[in-house]
Amino acid sequence: MANVTEAKAPSKSMRKFKTWAPIFLMMAPGLIYLFINNYMPMAGLVIAFKQINFSDGIWKSPWIGFKNFEFLFKSKDAFIITRNTIGYNLAFIVINTVLGIALAILITDIRKDGMRKVYQSAILVPYLMSIVIVSYITYAFLSAENGLINNSILPLFGNTEGVSWYMEKKYWPFILTLVNTWKGIGYGTLIYISTVNGIDRSLYEAASLDGAGKWKQIVHVTLPSLKGTVITLTLLNIGRIFYSDFGLFYQVPMNSGQLNEVTNVIDTYVYRSLLQMNNPGMASAAGFYQSIVGFILVLVANLVVRKIDADSALF
Amino acid sequence: MIQSRSEKIYQIVAHIILMLMVFCIAMPFILLFMSSITDENTLIQNGYSYFPAKFSLTAYKYIWNQKAKVFQAYGMTILVTVVGTAINIAISAMLAYGLSKAKLPLRRFFAFYVFFTMLFNGGLVPTYMMYTGTFHIKNTVFALIVPAFMMSAMNVILIRTYYQTSIPDALYEAAEIDGAGPFKVFTTIALPLGKPILVTMGLFAALGYWNDWTNGLYYLSGTEGQKLYTIQNLLNQMMSQIEFLSSNSSAASAASSDIAKVPQTAVRMAIAFVAMLPMLVIYPFLQKYFQKGIALGAVKG
Repeated sequence: MANVTEAKAPSKSMRKFKTWAPIFLMMAPGLIYLFINNYMPMAGLVIAFKQINFSDGIWKSPWIGFKNFEFLFKSKDAFIITRNTIGYNLAFIVINTVLGIALAILITDIRKDGMRKVYQSAILVPYLMSIVIVSYITYAFLSAENGLINNSILPLFGNTEGVSWYMEKKYWPFILTLVNTWKGIGYGTLIYISTVNGIDRSLYEAASLDGAGKWKQIVHVTLPSLKGTVITLTLLNIGRIFYSDFGLFYQVPMNSGQLNEVTNVIDTYVYRSLLQMNNPGMASAAGFYQSIVGFILVLVANLVVRKIDADSALF
Repeated sequence: MIQSRSEKIYQIVAHIILMLMVFCIAMPFILLFMSSITDENTLIQNGYSYFPAKFSLTAYKYIWNQKAKVFQAYGMTILVTVVGTAINIAISAMLAYGLSKAKLPLRRFFAFYVFFTMLFNGGLVPTYMMYTGTFHIKNTVFALIVPAFMMSAMNVILIRTYYQTSIPDALYEAAEIDGAGPFKVFTTIALPLGKPILVTMGLFAALGYWNDWTNGLYYLSGTEGQKLYTIQNLLNQMMSQIEFLSSNSSAASAASSDIAKVPQTAVRMAIAFVAMLPMLVIYPFLQKYFQKGIALGAVKG
């Protein structure tokens, strides 16, 4: 029997199997989860080329070629959701970068340790709140009947009529940008703070000996040292420019239909088409569009990062 | 070192700007709180305000009277957060541990398998169809735990890097010489020594579960689903349907006189305050880990 000889002197592959099998067993739950949660939906993207029938599921629904895409790109929604998704993301990238760096420099320069810690802690608090709570806070300010702005602030300027905030499109680009900044600025600022803290102190001493004042130190030492982080974060954000914070665009405007033209992004469009408008074909086409373009963008962004600074590249 | 005049001015200006920042961060929370303790009639007349003419705790009393629903939602949030985070950390740590082994067969393949999920994803439609059609998680507690939050490729990669750089192979070898099997090596060396990173990553996983309302939105529906609502789902529901908290809300014909008694305007803010309170209380104790976690992410991505 072959097994006898193997038992005496286990073959190399057998020994290898014995060493690694327990490790693979430990890795298995995580690998299986990724298979279910990530890889199966990737394969499921083919649904965009099918006539969705929920009872038949992804695999048995009949093929219809590019019909879903034809409908999507013939509608004016395709343009609106693309414009909004990219436009808001670009605004967020610029504001969060500029404001994040400015706040990081100010906070790290504070000499009183206690106060510096207070600022550093306070800035992250909104980041920890769920977007649902943020939408309640927004409502306290903007509610047409009970909101602070209509009842207490606008009358100071002689406007007693108030504004129907949740009906008026023109204000929302600013409102959403403001809310996003309020909620998200802490995260970026803390990243920049950790980069600023990593700058070699002797660079500042040398600059100061050369007679450079505070402003010149910032321009000639701090900002150049932050360049790598800024480029990496920006390119990574550009790689994600086709994705947005669903809650911010769905929950904060309270799903108000009148605002759709300025608040609808790809993520909210996919959700509404799938589960509210009962139009899964459009949802799947828009989702496919987002996945593919998002994937291309992340690859391109990474390629650019690697050209500029190989160490900062994701892969 | 003597502070120069310009340095002194700079410090003062910096403090002023940053205090303004703290003010902007704090004011919305304060408005929420003040509104929640304002008398309902005052709210209807004057709206939400920082300086209410008349205070009242009716909103909190009302919530207390409806505590069954609130407590149940809180219980759900806690259950989902604890179970979800525990599973998340366990499977992430085990996967990261395997990937940290330099000699792991097919190591590059597995590393790519994990990493690729960060680049490409199927999106909501196939995910939704698969979870509801193939796995039938709709209106079950699994709907709140399994989709999206049970593992993040980024966390696995960060834990793996920590294992590779902070735990010397010699430690594992020593344990193996002592006769410890692979599982024993993992539980006695990799888990305890990996504690700093595991705590940090666990905290972010817990934050994700605690604040999540999307899984409930996608996968819970009808009265059957409402039984499983977390506190965030409850809030979400109450945004459009304030009377949801009252026990007979499911009846569409709920007597209108009954709804009128609800101090709607104040309750809205009171329930939001009740929902965010735990985070405000716990944050000072955990902020160190949050800040460390974010700085970690800065190193890579």
